[in-house]
Amino acid sequence: MRCRAIAVLGVLGLALAACGSGSSGSTGAPPQASAYAGPVGAGEGKLSVLAWPGYAEDGSTDKTADWVTPFERATGCQVSVKTFATSAEAVQLFAGGEYDVVSASGDASLRLVYGDRVQPVNTALVPNYADIFPDLKDKPWNSVNRVAYGIPHGRGANLLLYNLAANPTPPTSWANMWEASSPAKGKISPYDDAIYIADAAIYLMAHQPGLKITNPYALDQAQFDAAIKLLRQQKPLVSEYWADVVKQSQGLASGALTQGQGWQVTANLANTDATKVGTTKPSEGATGWSDTWMIKKNTPNINCSYLWLNHVVSPQVNAQIAEFFGEAPSNAKSCALTKDKNFCTQFHASETDFWRNVYYWTTPTETCLDGRTDTRCVAYDDWVKAWSQLRSS
Amino acid sequence: MAADTRPATITAPVPAAAPAGKHPVAALLHRRPGLRLAGLLSPALAWLGLFYLVPMVFLLATAFFDTDSFTGRITYTFSASNVVDVLTDPAYLLTAARTVGVAVAVTLLCVVLAVPLAAFMALVAKGRSRPVLVALVLTPLWASYLVKVYAWRILLAPEGPLGGLSPGYGWVAAVITLTYLWLPYMVLPIYAGIDSQTRSEGRGSFLEAAADLGARPWTAFRTVVAPVLAPAIAAGSVFTFSLSLGDYITVQLVGGTNQMLGNVVYANFSTDLPFAAAVALLPLIVMAAYLLTIRRTGAMARL
Repeated sequence: MRCRAIAVLGVLGLALAACGSGSSGSTGAPPQASAYAGPVGAGEGKLSVLAWPGYAEDGSTDKTADWVTPFERATGCQVSVKTFATSAEAVQLFAGGEYDVVSASGDASLRLVYGDRVQPVNTALVPNYADIFPDLKDKPWNSVNRVAYGIPHGRGANLLLYNLAANPTPPTSWANMWEASSPAKGKISPYDDAIYIADAAIYLMAHQPGLKITNPYALDQAQFDAAIKLLRQQKPLVSEYWADVVKQSQGLASGALTQGQGWQVTANLANTDATKVGTTKPSEGATGWSDTWMIKKNTPNINCSYLWLNHVVSPQVNAQIAEFFGEAPSNAKSCALTKDKNFCTQFHASETDFWRNVYYWTTPTETCLDGRTDTRCVAYDDWVKAWSQLRSS
Repeated sequence: MAADTRPATITAPVPAAAPAGKHPVAALLHRRPGLRLAGLLSPALAWLGLFYLVPMVFLLATAFFDTDSFTGRITYTFSASNVVDVLTDPAYLLTAARTVGVAVAVTLLCVVLAVPLAAFMALVAKGRSRPVLVALVLTPLWASYLVKVYAWRILLAPEGPLGGLSPGYGWVAAVITLTYLWLPYMVLPIYAGIDSQTRSEGRGSFLEAAADLGARPWTAFRTVVAPVLAPAIAAGSVFTFSLSLGDYITVQLVGGTNQMLGNVVYANFSTDLPFAAAVALLPLIVMAAYLLTIRRTGAMARL
């Protein structure tokens, strides 16, 4: 009886598949909403936080990493934390409506804004906003039409990681990750996510200027197809696409992987005993992330939310988080407060020049992000589909 | 005896032989076997319907919705575009074909390994060692799935303990690991099948009977053991085939850059649930076809 039911459902599916056709939505205008006028009063007593692992630590992962408890003591806001593993998961969880604040990467933030999930943020109510690096403020992934939708939290670049034994001369280009003749064939490890298509676009930007790519997240169909072609060329070189920092760091340390795209923290993890893995930002530039704390639309805990935003970007806490997670802090005063005095140098926190050719993850939209109006760009869901096809082929 | 002293539990089905007239409910159930059957079956059917069929229908329905390209919100308008995409895109059909290929390879390997093992356990091993062997076959099932797959990941690493013998991460590694994982599910039905034919209590062993009647060992094996193998293998293959078909973690850990259908579902479910649901229909169709075929062999009775 059970298998008959399955069979009936299966046949029904096929029959339905034969008819109808679909269409997908469009970007549209950002929803009209106004920011909290303030003033920020006493906390409402509770706050629900949705965060990347390592961003809202209460001492349960690591006793020394606790900036939630001091916040609870100071404000009376009892914090509950839920972590997520990918931007896609963050968007989906936040849509459930049970979280007051979220740490969104650039490939999630705009989807939350246009999905009408978050409210504009009145930066005047966040005193520590004044100390945030100016090159992080008012960016396309945290603001729409000059209205801020969140507070910058920290940033990092997706670097070229390489095994030192296999690469005696430090590489200066992504070429061995992309070219068919690469000596690293069978031993490279790209990032396993649709947003990695932007890494291909960055390489094309430098090596195929005829395509006229200016922003790796604003690709028209021809540019996008070229990026996919490059990714198909890369596939035979790939050992494993990575999604797990620990797995990738083990591979790079052992030499099973000789080159990969990844994070500084991955190299640090591999270099705990001896220096085996080097990092560089190649001449072509790199993708990166700049995360933003955002507040749920119509949250009942608005004061606690603002208090939290101010807390996580305060010099001391922002330094703690940056050091715990392994990224550059957003607060300029944090660099003096890190335990490792060399930390900000290693993560290039205050080198504006370093970040000039770092292209932070941004959600691609049909309206081209580089300002072109004469063409339509490939939107995020088509990136996801193309990535899925590439991985399946 | 007044009805108010009756314990509340009396509404549970009672033996058909309950004296009629003493308890009205029992009497009713006694008179109406159909009602009795309905009472017995309805909790199980409700469970099956609520937790098995309803989610399946939701899955099917979701496949015919669409998502807003940007916000990821599901738009509840009928659209077959996802299902059409999945059924016409060569990349996904190829993935489906590869997934079926892996499931078939794992099943065949399991058969090749399980038949001699099960035959040894049922025919050769002496009385006391048989339960020990059965326990040993079951032991791997006590360890966590992830621990076992990670162990294989280390073992099969290109620079790992096997050195040049390692096939490296890829389809071969995935098939080897899945075969290891599901082998017990093939060994047990075959063992039980052979065992039932050779050691039926009170009737003596058919094998011994064959020997008494002058059959040589091979003839005895061919005429006594072989006929029970086919349905037993079919029963075991339902496990190995369906478990392999739905697996996505093994191929992620030891499969290199390769993907099975489960990986496509996993990669898409959070951004585009309708598309993931549409992809999930593919293994559903394969499994339905497989189970209907298997049913013809009579193996379902042996599960």
